[in-house]
Amino acid sequence: MGKIKVTDREGKLHELEADVGSTIMEIIRDAGLDIEAACGGCCACATCHVYVTNDKINELEPIDDDEESMLDQAFHVNNNSRLSCQIEYKENLENIELTLAPE
Amino acid sequence: MTHKTDVVIIGSGPVGLFAVFELGLLNLKAHLIDNLDRVGGQCAELYPEKPIYDIPAYPKITGQELTDKLISQIKPFEPTFHLNQQADSIEKVDDGWKIVTSEGTTINARCIVIAAGAGSFVPRKPPIDNIAEFEGTSVFYAVRNKELFKNKKILIVGGGDSALDWTNDLATIADVTLMHRRKEFRAAPDSVNKMLNLEKEGKIKFLHGQLKSLSGNNKMINEIKYSHEEKEYSIGVDYLLPFFGLKMELGPIANWGINLNENLIKVDTEKFETSEPSIFAIGDINTYPGKLKLILSGFHESALMAQKCFAYCYPDKKNVFRYTTSSKDLHKKLGL
Ligand SMILES: Cc1cc2nc3c(=O)[nH]c(=O)nc-3n(C[C@H](O)[C@H](O)[C@H](O)COP(=O)(O)OP(=O)(O)OC[C@H]3O[C@@H](n4cnc5c(N)ncnc54)[C@H](O)[C@@H]3O)c2cc1C
Ligand code: FES
Repeated sequence: MGKIKVTDREGKLHELEADVGSTIMEIIRDAGLDIEAACGGCCACATCHVYVTNDKINELEPIDDDEESMLDQAFHVNNNSRLSCQIEYKENLENIELTLAPE
Repeated sequence: MTHKTDVVIIGSGPVGLFAVFELGLLNLKAHLIDNLDRVGGQCAELYPEKPIYDIPAYPKITGQELTDKLISQIKPFEPTFHLNQQADSIEKVDDGWKIVTSEGTTINARCIVIAAGAGSFVPRKPPIDNIAEFEGTSVFYAVRNKELFKNKKILIVGGGDSALDWTNDLATIADVTLMHRRKEFRAAPDSVNKMLNLEKEGKIKFLHGQLKSLSGNNKMINEIKYSHEEKEYSIGVDYLLPFFGLKMELGPIANWGINLNENLIKVDTEKFETSEPSIFAIGDINTYPGKLKLILSGFHESALMAQKCFAYCYPDKKNVFRYTTSSKDLHKKLGL
């Protein structure tokens, strides 16, 4: 079991336990943080938008077309924006730092 | 106009559509209401091209194919569709319910079946504080009256089909600028090429950026600020058309006095009836112990719901259980 660090919309930092094989969205949602994830991880809603704020961003798989198209329907999109349901947690992502995007 | 029918189904997603079939087998007529301009719910709106692998007997079927097959399956029962309108209010009347839509359509029915998924599809609105001030006068999420835009400065934002189609369309009558966060588009390749050509010919402008703020007066915008790569810019416009796709919102159903649990409607698992007798809820909108939000669960729920609707509509008749393979009576209903 690893850990990820998530800053919520109030600016509060949470350290969450992360299981290999879960998506980052699932880890955040199952910890009870306020992430809408309306489509349940189908890459169809863009309500699981997060910013990756440390250098772990370089270890992520590149954004694919589906995710990029869905990000087109999100707001406040930055260079470090990702849809958290499209990131699967793996050991090399231990201590990845994320911030929930505004609603 | 006032209609009369046995059952009103709110929502024409896969589950609402199949409910027409199950009701039809029991001689019950249905009217369907949906906000969208077409049927199929999430399958048609969110993933028409994506294959589904867990529809019984279909190893693989896309969202649109499933919708098309459901439409042809329910055809013999001649359902009436009221599209492009939201079911706004319900009222108890002597012999059942009166349902009124946002377009003023009134339907009297013995039973209501709520098959509303995660709620009505509504436009995703940019999170700009004062945007509501301009909605309907200077900001539009759909184009109803093109004339309004004649010779005006229009900013269209987005990268999907609606954004591109309207850019290409309005280019002939207005001064159109298209803004998107990147110069790649998820719209149909044809419309993308057309837009790029219009840009080359100087008939439209393209801007990289994301909306930041709006200012104006008397409900009309005059300036829009936007950002690109951390720099801020501004542009003067008359009208803003943001196209960021649709999202689902529970909407008016929350005010109907039915017991909810976190935006889902509680039902029993025998009849899928809500806390209000003769109002049912099936598909993604309902909740009960063990609920799975799967299309196949919604199909099962439809069949059981229909039995109870029959009891409401024909209190004196006994419903005999029959198979579609062998019942002459059912064959007749199916037009065979
Ligand atoms: C990307 C994606 C992939 C999926 N893959 C699968 C899969 O592989 N297998 C599976 O079983 N399921 C899958 N699902 C889930 C499946 O699509 C849903 O379970 C199914 O669509 C639910 O059907 P429904 O008829 O209950 O509601 P919906 O399809 O949500 O339709 C509800 C309709 O009701 C309308 N509505 C709501 N309120 C009102 C109102 N007040 N007035 C008028 N209209 C209203 C809405 O506009 C909408 O059209 C997937 C979902 C998504 C997003
Ligand atoms: S949960 Fe919907 S896109 Fe990620």
